[in-house]
Amino acid sequence: MEVFSLIVDGVATAVQPINLMLIVVGVAVGLFIGAMPGLGSVNGVAILLPVTFLVPPASAIIFLAAIYYGAMYGGAISSVTLGIPGASTAVATTFDGRPLALQGRASLALVTAALASFVGGTVATVFFSLFAPLLADVALSFGPPEIFALMLLAFATFVGLGGDDIPKTIFSICFGLVLATVGFDTISGEPRLVLFDIQGFLRGIGFIVLAIGVYGIGEMLWTIEQTRGDVTTTNPKMTAKGLLSDTKESVRRGWKGTWIGSVLGFFVGVLPAAGATPGSLMAYGVAKMTSRKPEEYGTGSPDGVAAPEAANNSASTGSMLPMLTLGIPGSPTTAILLGGMVMWGLTPGPRLFVDESEFVWGLIGSFYISNLVAVLINLAFIPLFVWMLRMPFTILAPLIFVLSIIGGFAATRSMHDIWLIVIFGISAFFMRKFDYPLAPAVLAIVLGPIAEPTLRQSLLLSSGDPMIFFTRPIAAPITVIALILILWPAVKLVRRKRQVVNG
Amino acid sequence: MRQGELSLAGFLALLSLYLMWKSTELPIGYISGQGPGGGFWPFWLSFGMLLSCAAIAWNWWRGRSPASVSDEPLMDAFGWRTVARVGGGVVAFVALIPIISMYGAICLFLVYYLRFLGRHSWLLTLAIAIALPIGLFFFFEGAMYISMPQGLPFTQPFFDMMYDIIY
Amino acid sequence: MTLTKRLFLGLAASSALATLPISAVAQDWQPTRPVDFTIMAGAGGGADQIARFVQSVVEANDMMNRPLIPTNRGGGSGAEALLHLKDARDPDHTLMVTLNSFYTTPIRQEGLGVDIETFTPITMMGVDPFVLWVHTDSGITTFDEYLAAVREMGGEYVMGGTGSGQEDSIVIAYMSGVYDLDINYIPYDGGGAVARDLAGQQIMATVNNPAEANGFYEAGDFVPLLAFSDERMEAYPDVPTIRELGHDFSYYNQRAIVGAPGMSDEAAAYYREVFGQVYEGEDWQNYLKSESLSPLPMDEAETRAYWSTQVENHRELLSKIDG
Repeated sequence: MEVFSLIVDGVATAVQPINLMLIVVGVAVGLFIGAMPGLGSVNGVAILLPVTFLVPPASAIIFLAAIYYGAMYGGAISSVTLGIPGASTAVATTFDGRPLALQGRASLALVTAALASFVGGTVATVFFSLFAPLLADVALSFGPPEIFALMLLAFATFVGLGGDDIPKTIFSICFGLVLATVGFDTISGEPRLVLFDIQGFLRGIGFIVLAIGVYGIGEMLWTIEQTRGDVTTTNPKMTAKGLLSDTKESVRRGWKGTWIGSVLGFFVGVLPAAGATPGSLMAYGVAKMTSRKPEEYGTGSPDGVAAPEAANNSASTGSMLPMLTLGIPGSPTTAILLGGMVMWGLTPGPRLFVDESEFVWGLIGSFYISNLVAVLINLAFIPLFVWMLRMPFTILAPLIFVLSIIGGFAATRSMHDIWLIVIFGISAFFMRKFDYPLAPAVLAIVLGPIAEPTLRQSLLLSSGDPMIFFTRPIAAPITVIALILILWPAVKLVRRKRQVVNG
Repeated sequence: MRQGELSLAGFLALLSLYLMWKSTELPIGYISGQGPGGGFWPFWLSFGMLLSCAAIAWNWWRGRSPASVSDEPLMDAFGWRTVARVGGGVVAFVALIPIISMYGAICLFLVYYLRFLGRHSWLLTLAIAIALPIGLFFFFEGAMYISMPQGLPFTQPFFDMMYDIIY
Repeated sequence: MTLTKRLFLGLAASSALATLPISAVAQDWQPTRPVDFTIMAGAGGGADQIARFVQSVVEANDMMNRPLIPTNRGGGSGAEALLHLKDARDPDHTLMVTLNSFYTTPIRQEGLGVDIETFTPITMMGVDPFVLWVHTDSGITTFDEYLAAVREMGGEYVMGGTGSGQEDSIVIAYMSGVYDLDINYIPYDGGGAVARDLAGQQIMATVNNPAEANGFYEAGDFVPLLAFSDERMEAYPDVPTIRELGHDFSYYNQRAIVGAPGMSDEAAAYYREVFGQVYEGEDWQNYLKSESLSPLPMDEAETRAYWSTQVENHRELLSKIDG
């Protein structure tokens, strides 16, 4: 088997002392950056890009890939311990990770996240090694209609996510989607919804602004008001034995989510434009849908942590694939990696596997090693993160506010957005009081900017005929499945009503 | 609560109407041969928001949502006070950023929160309020190459000194 | 200085360190704080790559005493970046890497009140030509065959490009104007997505910059048909230019570094010196070659004159699209 000897060579490259050291440093730096709210893999990779000029390209990309990996692991840490998703890829991790932390089981959530990430990353790397050139072709067959269908499917898997109050859930989804359109309409090249004619809105409203507002400010206010300023943080105990039993429990209760996330994440990640965020959201939705106890989701189910975490690591490996084989970035981070490769004098694209085989397999080999290093470093740091949660709430709360504001600025570099964070935060507090679910709005603002342009591009392609979603061989089945899933709750509702009437 | 539920729905309905009106700057219809115009997506989704608000009001009238049948006040005096102090603190924090720089604002906010809301000792308060901004400065400006907002010109000498240290 | 940098100083010693023979710039004026290096586009595009390349050359050779801080402000088709420079609190420490939305955005969004002729010219790093590409599987190998194919499809011929009013749409609008073509134009977010969809044959032709299409060209997936440069391009010697076909037209994406309006002369001189050195350095010259950029060195006065002609040209080109 030629592939295996290539992988062995690649791993051998990755464990050379300098590369191994770069991996360890990269993973640690990435973990730390990813754990800061507002900073994600894209910051880490962009900032350390110039530094990589000092080492040969193969080592440089290994280093950057290690940061990328580390940041993916790190995103879960802020989702669990602070309740703020550090990056859009970690939104779904808050749904169950945060409740677990509030129950004093942060270490279970963190262990589950680490293990699921490890499995996700490794499964994806195996797929990557075996099928890279084949999958590159599949990825190319995804045009705008297919990507829109995929977004529809991502929404469909999330229909059940909102609260019991259907109008409020719908309001939240629509609100997120409308916010996503603020700024500029690429298709017509015109500014759009520049609210109150304030020029700051030209830049649009980023996901991170809404997420930090809702989770960093709104949720904190709510907690403080609800507990009358007197939060009794459940004292999480940290012992080696506890960690061991958490590991066992996370394997027992999280294997299914891990499995779903690993596979689904990779395939969604491979598709251009989709990337790790829709991958992790869909994994969560599918895990919940196929679960025998869907009611546990959202209250602290290890499966609910495992699925998105496995998926976002798996997808981040997957998104390297179109970058390397086609020169197409699947996410902002891979876009910067791509820029780096050009700077080092490599031409990403179909010929890279042939012309620079040693570089490519060295990188793939490093994926295996990075994963192993990342899970070990992550597990080693868990006691530290859990210890953070034991701080008195009157110290933790101001720290979270400060991190939200400074992290928000780091991510957006705009005072306008900082004010928006505050406004969203205070509004989110009042909406939360009246049971408006806000997670759907956060998801909508992530998916909206992909869904709307692809919808309109598709309709331009077909000269306005919506049948394009039902006639293309790949788009059609995805669209149909998505529509069935969207309509399913309505069907169930009608059936239940009928039963109630009959009964 | 009951009154609040309807007021909030009314406010959000007004917001929806504003968004619908603002969307009409671009074509909101289905342009033949081209698909939806630039205002289509936001307009009809804002319309969806408006309909949801109507449904929320309908549920209120029928007393179907928990908030609409609750006689409890939204928050008692203590609750309002807490929210005003914490929320107001955050607003003041952000308002201070362009005046005394990000780091200065963080320092003051921490003093306010830790000492006056948290009632921690002055020692702990000052230790955190001074160490954290300095730590964040080294992290963001030094390691991450992100410049945070600086204040009015009088903060300048301080930054110049710090930059001489880190670069 | 920093955790990471200190780590890498050690690393640098142990690995091959490519150092340019560039002496540190000794001058009267020096930046006193980090320099805001605004990029007029989102992460990953051509302008972003160039900005980060320039930044790493400056960093690797220690050419400035304060770091350049690359910040993507691509919102509103560059409007965000233009406003940021126009209202810069500290013009001496605010630079921008441009593309052609530098010209088009102020024209299309007059409400911004941005007059680019008030900006401070620093260095023209090169210009990026446009080339017409089709997929190899289409069987089209010459521009004439392309014209025939478009006419035969009668409005069904699909081309992709960047958003309406941006570079790609200007080039395509000009071409379809002079050859009387009916093209179904699909706007995308950026050049990378356009090249991807040509590779997947979701669209039939594009006018990508060579940097975006080279990987596919080398793999034999893309065929260049026509260059919108003044002279034939070194990388594609057999591809005719539109000028040769009798149309007085060329179109480039400008890759320049400009300073905020109101930048002091000393500061501008300092940056010109620094980026002039980057420009002449081996790294940048190799980059120009590998990415098929054309050099276009200009001094300050020439740049200002160039800007006013470009603004005029774009006003005319855009009026054709909108009209």
